[in-house]
Amino acid sequence: MALSIASFVCGLVFGLGLLISGMTEPAKVLGFLDIFGAWDATLAFVMAGAVAVSSVGFILARRRSAPLLASSFAWPTRRDIDAPLVVGSALFGVGWGLCGICPGPALVDLAGLSAPIIVFVAAMVLGMFGYELWQRNITGEAATSTPAGAAAATPSDG
Amino acid sequence: MHDFTPLSGLIGGALIGLSAAILMVLSGRLAGVSGILGGALTSSSDRAWRIAFIAGLIVAAIVAPLFGAPQPARLASSNLGLFAVAGLLVGFGSRMGNGCTSGHGVCGFARLSSRSITATLVFMGVAVATVAIVHHGFGG
Repeated sequence: MALSIASFVCGLVFGLGLLISGMTEPAKVLGFLDIFGAWDATLAFVMAGAVAVSSVGFILARRRSAPLLASSFAWPTRRDIDAPLVVGSALFGVGWGLCGICPGPALVDLAGLSAPIIVFVAAMVLGMFGYELWQRNITGEAATSTPAGAAAATPSDG
Repeated sequence: MHDFTPLSGLIGGALIGLSAAILMVLSGRLAGVSGILGGALTSSSDRAWRIAFIAGLIVAAIVAPLFGAPQPARLASSNLGLFAVAGLLVGFGSRMGNGCTSGHGVCGFARLSSRSITATLVFMGVAVATVAIVHHGFGG
């Protein structure tokens, strides 16, 4: 329960950060990506602020043997740069560039209840399920899969 | 219309970083939104904290006025097909690439992860190229 309350508060602070930074406005994100147009560098400042604060927090976290409310840290462990990382990021980049929306802002903007955002989030969820299905098929685990075990074995980068 | 706003960008960014820092110190989890959402959808365990984080993101938009924060975006209903295609690509691609702007772009850079820095350079570069082609017709 304490873990869920902490996560909720973190989600709330994260969402407020996205709203205050302007990153929940797709037009502002597209303004950053449009380097051949009227370029808006704001997104770089958002990332700089976020990286500066989180890196200090992560340094403090690494000094501890365990987090305060859970038994262990789930730091990503992979170091290899493989094809799925690059191809997946490229596909993500096309989708991000088409509308200027990525997962965090999409979920915050869901509260605005406008049709394009609802369509985007529904499609994003479908895309995530689609990847899961595809992944199970190519690894041949469709019949007796244990997704929780598989997920635990390869911690996500994010 | 949309001007350069470095100060609110830095403040909002600092809040995002603070959230990621607190989530790690308290729960040991990484604040990557695609990973959190993907896990909430497809993982059979460890879901409660993920759902709570997503609820926090949505509630943030509802309580935004109390904190003097802007309202969430409300977009005009045109080109819904484009949003569907973009959503599919963002969902599929972020899972395949194991992260998005928050997990790779923020947390990954903060951890100096070579995987995340590579992923961020790839999706930023491809997104810039996509906008250039769609809005300026380069190569199209």
